[in-house]
Amino acid sequence: MANALAAQKKMTIGEGGLALTFAAMALLCIVIAAKAYTPEYAFHAYLFTAASVASVFAIVNRYYNRPAEPAPLTIDGKPNYNMGPVKFGTVIAMFWGIAGFLVGLIIALQLAFPALNFDLQWISFGRLRPLHTSAVIFAFGGNVLIATSFYVVQRTSRARLAGDLSPWFVVLGYNFFILIAGTGYLLGITQSKEYAEPEWYADLWLTVVWVTYLLVFLATLWRRVEPHIYVANWFYLAFIITIAMLHLGNNATVPVSIFSPKSYIVWSGVQDAMVQWWYGHNAVGFFLTAGFLAIMYYFIPKRAERPVYSYRLSIIHFWALIFLYIWAGPHHLHYTALPDWAQTLGMTFSIILWMPSWGGMINGIMTLSGAWDKLRTDPVLRMMVVSVAFYGMSTFEGPMMSVKVVNSLSHYTDWTIGHVHSGALGWVAYISFGAIYCLVPWLWNRKLYSLKLVNWHFWISTIGIVLYITSMWVSGILQGLMWRAYTSLGFLEYSFVETVEAMHPFYVIRALGGFLFLCGALVMVWNLWKTVNSAEAEETAGLALAPAE
Amino acid sequence: MDPTYKAVSEFAQIWGLIYFCAIFMSVAIYALWPSRKQQFDEAARIPLRED
Repeated sequence: MANALAAQKKMTIGEGGLALTFAAMALLCIVIAAKAYTPEYAFHAYLFTAASVASVFAIVNRYYNRPAEPAPLTIDGKPNYNMGPVKFGTVIAMFWGIAGFLVGLIIALQLAFPALNFDLQWISFGRLRPLHTSAVIFAFGGNVLIATSFYVVQRTSRARLAGDLSPWFVVLGYNFFILIAGTGYLLGITQSKEYAEPEWYADLWLTVVWVTYLLVFLATLWRRVEPHIYVANWFYLAFIITIAMLHLGNNATVPVSIFSPKSYIVWSGVQDAMVQWWYGHNAVGFFLTAGFLAIMYYFIPKRAERPVYSYRLSIIHFWALIFLYIWAGPHHLHYTALPDWAQTLGMTFSIILWMPSWGGMINGIMTLSGAWDKLRTDPVLRMMVVSVAFYGMSTFEGPMMSVKVVNSLSHYTDWTIGHVHSGALGWVAYISFGAIYCLVPWLWNRKLYSLKLVNWHFWISTIGIVLYITSMWVSGILQGLMWRAYTSLGFLEYSFVETVEAMHPFYVIRALGGFLFLCGALVMVWNLWKTVNSAEAEETAGLALAPAE
Repeated sequence: MDPTYKAVSEFAQIWGLIYFCAIFMSVAIYALWPSRKQQFDEAARIPLRED
């Protein structure tokens, strides 16, 4: 009987091909592990081997358990959405979020109390810092972006996600990249380029995953029922394509050997610096901005139950933003060996960028027209609107700091760190939290456990953010002023260590802010856990009172 | 200043300006064209639609 059933079922080319590819990769990685130049690299090769073998098992196992027919595209005329990868991405985003916030708190404490390095190389500030940035940006933010993009592209196209194994390959493969990158930092494997620390083999793996992501996204758009491509999908697409381009450009490296984790970039010196900050600033522009603007353009209208304030403004916002952002990178290299004209160019474009940024902010906030009362009653919506307000604040602060005279005071000081965190905590994390508070009840078909807890999360985290950014403003400006203070005889007034000493109280306040932010996120995890495990199903939308038009 | 730099910068300053103005104008004209109003008003409601 079992044989007869199995006979009808055929393994698809995708399943067979992918299983064979992973089997071949497992063999290759064993050879690399055996001949690796360093034990850390051998460890990574073994991780690749283990993941490849596990993938072969998972694919074959899935084949035996699945029905003979592929999943239907529609059921009773309604799209049969594929929400498995979205659920996985949402859960793992929260996991990485907590991990990333915790590591952030640890390194904040290390700066205030250097003894917390414990003289161990693996947990020294230099290794934990990229772990923190990558965990919050790429692991937390990246998973939120992948999960929400797969959700939004399906819902706004009214079509099932393209591909059978490929969406799973994207979410699992991306998280495997995070694992390789993160363990690499702890073991001392790094390219030493900010936000592009992973070495050549991790980059290569990410390239494969990212191209698959692009193809899944495009193929889903291709089969859309809705004729118009909704603006959020434009932003997601710009994010996916530009990140691919930046990643390839900034990682044009030649490995020492296939058995070595070390690689060298094909260009050097100031050219390398320029490419790095073309990459770095557009990681901000397209990863942390365009992607999360896509979240804003879907989740705020949906939650507020109001249409986008001005769809026309959203189109102008999109094109202006993507055409301008790509030129702003040189403002990271003011007063360096980079030619003056390139610095001025970066500064000019950064200032122009203020306009589309604020156009987008106004569009997001004004979407609440006619629903302002919800700010009082719905803490999830309040979180998202406050995130857009933070977006407006950091996109004003950023252009201001890119002006050369301001930059001469702010650069290399804590002011930059404060600026980054008003964007990262206020904008990116809050819009992500808001989206996840929406997504979890929708995906698991449950009612959110407690809005009161969301309120607690909101206030605890907001106080945390305010402590963080204000302490870094004061600390940064103090630091900048101390560095440039001269005596009447023309000597520097303060030694470097005196400026470090002056930072101490602000570092403690910053750590307290980070602690509060982490506490807020833990409240969120508890709330989501209770939501998923409660028996109460979400009320159907039809029962809710329709607002008067 | 060497002549290559001057030539490149002149080219970039003139054509860069034209390029950005042209793109911005075409996007603005496309987005604000009166006959597209209804299409965009409908598009603004896409997230609110339920299957």
